Amino acid sequence: MKIDTTPEVSGMGHSMKRKEDPRFIRGKGNYVDDIQLPGMLYMDIVRSPFAHAKIKSINTEKALKIPGVLAVITGETLAKYNLHWMPTLMSDTQMVLPVEKVVYQSQEVAAVIATSRYIAADGVDAVEVDYEPLPVVVDPFKALEPGATVIRTDKKDKKDNHIFHWEVGDRAATEKAFAEAEVVVKQDCYIPRIHVASIETCGCIADFDRVNGKLTVYMTTQAPHAIRTVFALVAGHVGLSEERIRIISPDIGGGFGGKVPVYPGYVIATAASVVIGKPIKWIEDRMENLQADSFARDYWMKAELAAKKDGTITALRIKTLADHGCADAAANPSKFPAGLFSICTGSYDIKHAFAEVDGAYTNKPPGGVAYRCSFRVTEAVHMIERVTDILAQQLKMDPAELRLKNFIPKEKFPYQSALGWEYDSGDYARALKLAMERIGYPALRKEQAEKRARGELMGIGISSFTEIVGAGPSKHFDILGIKMFDSAEIRIHPTGKAIARFGTKSQGQGHETTYAQIIAEELGIPASAVQIEEGDTDTAPYGLGTYASRSTPTAGAAGAMAARKIREKAKKIAAHLLEVSPEDLVWETGKFSVRGAPQRSKTIQEIAFAAYTNHPQGMEAGLEAVCYYDPPNLTFPFGSYICVVDIDRGTGQVKIRRFMAVDDCGNIINPMIVDGQIHGGLSMGMAPALMEEISYDENGNVQGGSFMDYLVPTAMETPSWETDKTVTPSPHHPFGAKGVGESATVGAPPAIVNAVVDALSHLGVTHVEIPMTPERVWRILKEKGVAE
Amino acid sequence: MIPAAFDYHAPTSLSEAVALLSKHGDTAKVLSGGQSLLPLLKLRLGQAGHLIDIGRIPGLEYIKEEGGMLRIGGRTRESALERSEVVRTRYPILLDTAQVIADPLVRNMATVGGNLAHGDPGNDHPATMLVLGAQVVATGPKAERVIPIDGFFVGLFTTALQPDEIVTEIRIPAPPARSGGAYVKFERKVGDYATAAAAAFVTLGASGLVERAGIALTNAGPKPVRSTAAEKLLTGRRPDAAALGEAARAAGQSATPSADRRGAADYKKEMAGVLALRALTKAVQRAGGR
Repeated sequence: MKIDTTPEVSGMGHSMKRKEDPRFIRGKGNYVDDIQLPGMLYMDIVRSPFAHAKIKSINTEKALKIPGVLAVITGETLAKYNLHWMPTLMSDTQMVLPVEKVVYQSQEVAAVIATSRYIAADGVDAVEVDYEPLPVVVDPFKALEPGATVIRTDKKDKKDNHIFHWEVGDRAATEKAFAEAEVVVKQDCYIPRIHVASIETCGCIADFDRVNGKLTVYMTTQAPHAIRTVFALVAGHVGLSEERIRIISPDIGGGFGGKVPVYPGYVIATAASVVIGKPIKWIEDRMENLQADSFARDYWMKAELAAKKDGTITALRIKTLADHGCADAAANPSKFPAGLFSICTGSYDIKHAFAEVDGAYTNKPPGGVAYRCSFRVTEAVHMIERVTDILAQQLKMDPAELRLKNFIPKEKFPYQSALGWEYDSGDYARALKLAMERIGYPALRKEQAEKRARGELMGIGISSFTEIVGAGPSKHFDILGIKMFDSAEIRIHPTGKAIARFGTKSQGQGHETTYAQIIAEELGIPASAVQIEEGDTDTAPYGLGTYASRSTPTAGAAGAMAARKIREKAKKIAAHLLEVSPEDLVWETGKFSVRGAPQRSKTIQEIAFAAYTNHPQGMEAGLEAVCYYDPPNLTFPFGSYICVVDIDRGTGQVKIRRFMAVDDCGNIINPMIVDGQIHGGLSMGMAPALMEEISYDENGNVQGGSFMDYLVPTAMETPSWETDKTVTPSPHHPFGAKGVGESATVGAPPAIVNAVVDALSHLGVTHVEIPMTPERVWRILKEKGVAE
Repeated sequence: MIPAAFDYHAPTSLSEAVALLSKHGDTAKVLSGGQSLLPLLKLRLGQAGHLIDIGRIPGLEYIKEEGGMLRIGGRTRESALERSEVVRTRYPILLDTAQVIADPLVRNMATVGGNLAHGDPGNDHPATMLVLGAQVVATGPKAERVIPIDGFFVGLFTTALQPDEIVTEIRIPAPPARSGGAYVKFERKVGDYATAAAAAFVTLGASGLVERAGIALTNAGPKPVRSTAAEKLLTGRRPDAAALGEAARAAGQSATPSADRRGAADYKKEMAGVLALRALTKAVQRAGGR
């Protein structure tokens, strides 16, 4: 990629150090829990020990006797204001506080408001709740059986636990292709429930000003504007009006999709502040965060792949059951209940495909948030990359060779997929070949053969994924009817510095740096002199927020387009200053000069000054612009990962020896930040492949509800990642970029699984479920008679 | 993660601390490094009316070889073991152990006495102390007494300590010539309690036969497990692969682990054997046997 700006300007392609880091490194970040307001009260939550139980009574007497406990809020309290239920982003409903029954363990039952955090906790201990346990539904397959206990008895006429059926593709043509196939492989695959486990838990401070009637909520949210609108829609009947609601999303310690939903705690704290008239802080502890916040994955997939004997894939069929817990509280675009799962044909030119997904209610917390997976892409990629390997195994072909044979060739882009997407650009073979070259693929295969002869277990796994990010074009993408555009507003100050505000919200992605670099690239103002702000709904333009790798494809594009509007006006001002016609001016970074007379020029700084001191007659003063960018298509980043593992025959432990990640996210704004995204994403991809899982026992008791048992990898478990890249620009994005935040999380798990299966393939193993814990692998070794 | 209320005491002498313990009896808990106690209180899994912080009492942190013994002060931090020259050169098994306890932040606070006194079979020091034949010195209202390690662990979270006694010293006999020990731990991630872990200590005779063997397991039952069956199998034998294998299998058989998120009982039992073999092999190497 060509770099057009100097390091001083730091436009596209410069590894500029992150502008936000000095405050984070020095402990000067400003997170919700750092904020202290005068007279602030504290909230703590009573939670259910049962997964499904009728609430017979709640006795608050003892709690209210504790000095400092001011109020105990129950479902009955909220029911008076009709706030005991709330809508989810998927147009389902979810309890704020129960009046009748609880539907998952750790569900909010009551909230204690007290003068200190400690007293609030004592108050929670003193609230007495009498439960009558009800039959628990944990297994989504059993949930859909006739006669299963109905969980959502609140819904009139609801007689089962089925949420939705969704399908895509040509069923008949796919069936025909399977009937005619020379080879068919099948695999069931479960992607377990996992949690984003962001380092900062969720929380808020709700501050209702009774005099002005204005509600300010400091909230750990990835989508402050959408939250404001939801609040206005939900609480309009109690007098909250959108212009009197201000959502401020301060620094956020990781979101990954888990901070998109509205949690009951936010609503309870807000209601309490409105009633009491004081600011109320609610911050989850780690176990509450792990046990009660929305979850990701929990997909039960059955996939079949049809092919010719020579390895040409002809058709794909996937049937999936999605466990959504007690509510469909995902944050998918409205028309996509299974997110963008239909990317499941992956990087391959597959003529026929059909996919169907059913959603089921179970007695678990709401599931289906897009944990760094851009809407079910992780599940889709895991499945296609697994069955592709199984096909290679069946045909005794090298998995790299099979992939190279079936990749969508680069000449076919833009490519229409069988399930309806238009892939914007790609060169898949180039990425895989680079990964193979960098890791020394043939030598590894030779080493593996030698080790195998000695009884050692070594495996090499490949994953060639295609991502789908940047939701999205307004024709198809909305959340609760709000189109998924995003926005930027840029103001140039008289001295040529700038402030820019965006509708998104960084949670660690580095927007304060990369957005400034986009504007630096377009206007030639040094990125260091461009201040970026997000997250305050009173000041920032409206946008749908940051998740699903959408910030660069949408708000980043808006930033570039707004800058181009400014450049257009700047050109007119320059023409006025240089006394030439605008057509006679040429732009090079940071200045307009007269065509053929480059010594006659005006810098952007001179032009900015003139915009306020000497603007042309008939033109408005000032230099600013707003853009609401509606992307014409999504972007399709891709990559090829190769993983090498060794397996300990004594313990079953899988050790990642090497991991080579070649990514292509189009043109790159800041290579260092992209590298950081890839490193973090790979670690977050490794985690569910080897360690993380939240499961439930038959009574719906959460297993792994603390960091003792929810195994987030540390630096000690994480291998030294190797990264490289190819650059295939997006043809429709203003500066050719694609999203990258989730590529590695999507691509890494199947590479690791494929490596483990590869290490065991000579023993007849074709599939291993995740997480591939030592015990799970050891049981396979034991069964195959190779455990030490 | 908010503890219930408690009274906090910070005595500056041992006698004052013991007097406070005597006065408050069962409602009092000794706060040493606090790395097990505070999480219990914060999770409200345990409650204490009175915390007796022994952090201000002088003379409880030391590591010294004296009179044929390694003497470790009861409040000695795990991180001090990691940095100790005498531990590194003369008692590598102790370094093995200290290095795999939780994480560096915890080890800066956690103490050797606390690790033993907590009576948690998942703690790492007990197995090591069992194979080393250590002694625990406890100070109570009357005097101090020496408790042999074999009688120290009574049951789950229960030791031979009286409620008014404080661990003031741990004594480890200096290793004879041709001795070697090792502690090997298998954990799900760094900082976790062991899925399985084994301590082994061997002394070889001049002819190369095993004179004395100690084998013990972490997290393999309600209290730390010393496998005398495995020790007997090895004593008097040449420590070759066959003998070590037999002993390790016997050690595995002595494990009675319970299932949890670390694994099913049968898996943990097998892992106890695998880890015992790894610890024994390393111990024999260190003893100069191979």
